[in-house]
Amino acid sequence: MTIEINNRPYDLPDDARISLLDFMRERLEFFGSKKGCNQGACGACTVLVDGERILSCLALAAQYDGRSVTTIEGVANGDELHPLQALFVEHEGMQCGYCTPGQIMSGIALKSELERGAPSNVSSDLTVAPRLSRDEIKERLSGNLCRCGAHNGIIDAVAAYVGGEEQ
Amino acid sequence: MSVHRATPHDAARLHVSGAARYTDDIPVPAGTLHLAFGLSTIAKGRMTDVDLNAVRAAPGVVAVLEADDLPHDNDVSPSAHDEPLLSAGEICYLGQPVFLVVATSHLAARKAARLGQITYAAETPLLTIDDALAADSRFEDGPRIYIKGDAEAAIAQATHTVTGQIEIGGQEHFYLEGQVALAVPQEGGDMVVHASSQHPTEIQHKVAEALGQPMNSVRVEVRRMGGGFGGKESQGNALCVACAVVAARLGRACKMRYDRDDDMIVTGKRHDFRIAYDVGFDGEGRIAGIIFEQFVRCGWAQDLSLPVADRAMLHADNAYHLQHARITSHRLKTNTQSNTAFRGFGGPQGMVGIERVVDHIAHHLGRDPLEVRRANFYAPADATSAASGDGHQPAQAPPAQDDLATRGAAPKGGGVSTVPATAQTTPYGMEVTDFILHDMVAALETSSDYRARRASVAAWNEANPVLKRGIALTPVKFGISFTLTHLNQAGALVHVYQDGSIHLNHGGTEMGQGLFTKVAQVAAAAFDVPLDHVKITATDTGKVPNTSATAASSGTDLNGMAVKIACDTIKDRIAACIAERYQAASDQVIFTDGHVEVGAERIAFKDAVQLAYMSRVSLSATGFYATPEVTWDRIKGQGRPFYYFAYGAAATEVVIDTLTGENRILRTDILHDCGKSLNPDLDIGQIEGGYVQGAGWLTMEELIWDDTGALKTHAPATYKIPCASDRPEIFNVSLWDGANAAETIYRSKAVGEPPLMLGISAFLALSDAVASCGTDYPNLQAPATAEQILSAVDRVRW
Ligand code: FES
Ligand code: FES
Repeated sequence: MTIEINNRPYDLPDDARISLLDFMRERLEFFGSKKGCNQGACGACTVLVDGERILSCLALAAQYDGRSVTTIEGVANGDELHPLQALFVEHEGMQCGYCTPGQIMSGIALKSELERGAPSNVSSDLTVAPRLSRDEIKERLSGNLCRCGAHNGIIDAVAAYVGGEEQ
Repeated sequence: MSVHRATPHDAARLHVSGAARYTDDIPVPAGTLHLAFGLSTIAKGRMTDVDLNAVRAAPGVVAVLEADDLPHDNDVSPSAHDEPLLSAGEICYLGQPVFLVVATSHLAARKAARLGQITYAAETPLLTIDDALAADSRFEDGPRIYIKGDAEAAIAQATHTVTGQIEIGGQEHFYLEGQVALAVPQEGGDMVVHASSQHPTEIQHKVAEALGQPMNSVRVEVRRMGGGFGGKESQGNALCVACAVVAARLGRACKMRYDRDDDMIVTGKRHDFRIAYDVGFDGEGRIAGIIFEQFVRCGWAQDLSLPVADRAMLHADNAYHLQHARITSHRLKTNTQSNTAFRGFGGPQGMVGIERVVDHIAHHLGRDPLEVRRANFYAPADATSAASGDGHQPAQAPPAQDDLATRGAAPKGGGVSTVPATAQTTPYGMEVTDFILHDMVAALETSSDYRARRASVAAWNEANPVLKRGIALTPVKFGISFTLTHLNQAGALVHVYQDGSIHLNHGGTEMGQGLFTKVAQVAAAAFDVPLDHVKITATDTGKVPNTSATAASSGTDLNGMAVKIACDTIKDRIAACIAERYQAASDQVIFTDGHVEVGAERIAFKDAVQLAYMSRVSLSATGFYATPEVTWDRIKGQGRPFYYFAYGAAATEVVIDTLTGENRILRTDILHDCGKSLNPDLDIGQIEGGYVQGAGWLTMEELIWDDTGALKTHAPATYKIPCASDRPEIFNVSLWDGANAAETIYRSKAVGEPPLMLGISAFLALSDAVASCGTDYPNLQAPATAEQILSAVDRVRW
């Protein structure tokens, strides 16, 4: 039973009840993913599993046997920031920063969701690929809470990343 | 110069990499124990039997503590010593900590905490403002009253009058990082506490008290918080004290983190208010006399409620010159969470009161509310003389008591400043000399196209029976300073190392507001070196002592000034050394562009530092700053509690669905005054965030308790804060370009709290939309949730 996190294999915990978030934070000391609510409602713990975003507080580590997890610590290329990380710096997409790792992981995933044509609640037509728009981006980021209200910078950074219309 | 420039957040790169370390991310020493509270399940009564055998027997449990087990003071209050860490028998609210579980893991502690078998003799709790009024359950001996002129007589003689009342709900902080603490025992009984706290000195004080040790045996460190908003001014005391007491007892590191539901159930929130008003005015809407009665639900313990309620009174005028006013404040004690500081600290509630009145007057007269606002504005700055400053009596020291460093400390007296008889004054006798809202509001009226949009909103409402629009433009005038005068002080510690790098420490804490960046800018500007020469380190009670809370928007004003003073001390020493070497006068030595110049000589800053070091000159200094001129008597309600005012204005347009009550913000335009901004990007971030939080408070964030006193909205699934999709579709924010008339750090103004009150425009825009449905005044209550809007629509229609 192994799980890959940021391209390195780890043995899964014996206790099948431990969440992926607790496994990463408490056993492996990957502190980048945050625990904002531990109940799937804030997005601070968002990570990618084989490129798809999930809430790691709602996932059991054991569910992801053999899968590949990417956390905020794994998106940069050495010293070179991932493009979305750089855009968050450029657009000041943060205040306290506690939501930032989750926002970035969501931003990375939502770009591929849009590219593959997955519709959202605000897509006007479910049969064709959604149009890139700020509304689509806002909707797809609304599961990542930001209490500081840094939404403007966050949305700008993600919009620049997915190449949607600039306001 | 590094100031007045947009420079990114000091830790931006760390944040985007997930490497920024919060308290919960500190790797803990091996053997660290984890704590959880067992909570009361009734709101009022006594515990008659406490059976914790199942708790003790639960897997992983190392110890269980009750009130009797605490070796010293059982208190975590920041004011009146009325807040036991663990109940000694009496239950005052539902969710009160009654026992403390110590276990080998966080989960084990939490699971065990549920197993307590407690038998209660329950009593009927006082939950609401009405309950407390009926029982005359209050803090202080009676209501506080501020009086200016004769409001009754003025109202009696006025052409028009209206009366009304508004309920204003509370607000959960929902800092994304919950409360958390880690205590690590040291040799000789010393304790190091890592806290997520806006007030490290208060933590130090309460921990020392609980350990029966002097303050010098406790060191508190705060690197950063994942949001504070006032919720970490006093509400972290319990976790830190619990961790320290157990760590001292068992000799092992202890950590405690509230789970989100516990966090919301245990900790206090923004005070909910009821404000009743009675106002007389003329045909233009000019207020002749006004009577406010503010009812404040404080919860079970005093905490910071008195200064919060004071600040609500101090903002009952907002931007309006009230000639005759009486403001009465009832501080009611209820069996609910102990309400506490929240961004604005009572100011927002007071301001909602007067803005509601102005809106009601305008509706009564059928006038544009903006015109009524203007008719009541204070006279502009250029029409008033600057306060002479003479006649100010020095503030008296507060009476000796052991909790001096908190806003809960309550001095009995204070100086009263005298102002010229002809001056325009607030209801508490402070002269207003810096009023700039005439120009700001005119500028925003133009840039937001308010007039034309008001007309088009009316046209839209004429044509559309279901979707109704509304627009409102509201001003903010917010007083800056701690109203407890002696808290307006700060210290800083600056070291310059031999290689020219600068190490900086100050008493303020970083919670996302960008304080560390701004203060580093101040240091870099003082030496005129690049910002990356300056390193700011975690707030540490061992480096800068006796700090005030990072609160009251004062962080940059106070700490920036202290840092500048420390830097200037070191500069003077370096200059004297260089001057001597080059046989020049000290004042001919100039620090510029990473260099030190004297006459024709120009040497790199680093080389100048080395010369100073070689000449045995001290390159380390402390700085200390105390805000001048403030003096305040909170009992009389007279004086100059504020050093200056910060101003802002916002125009918000909304749309409501009259069939469902659903609503959205369509457009927001803001013009805000940060004086000469130290960092425009950070300031704009604070303004946007403050607006969103203020609009959230008044439109969607709803706290609901059931009849037993249980908070039913204790998780993000039931308590809705604004999210990305709630962001206004058009959101324009600009800074008002002007220097602070008061001598603040580089003439900037504080920006933490004032923008929150810009959100009042969203509430009144909703009221405007509802008003278009009929002829009656909407009498909208806050928060204006879909249900509230729907019932208001029904009221005005039928
Ligand atoms: S911590 Fe996982 S969604 Fe909040
Ligand atoms: S930056 Fe603080 S929660 Fe988003």
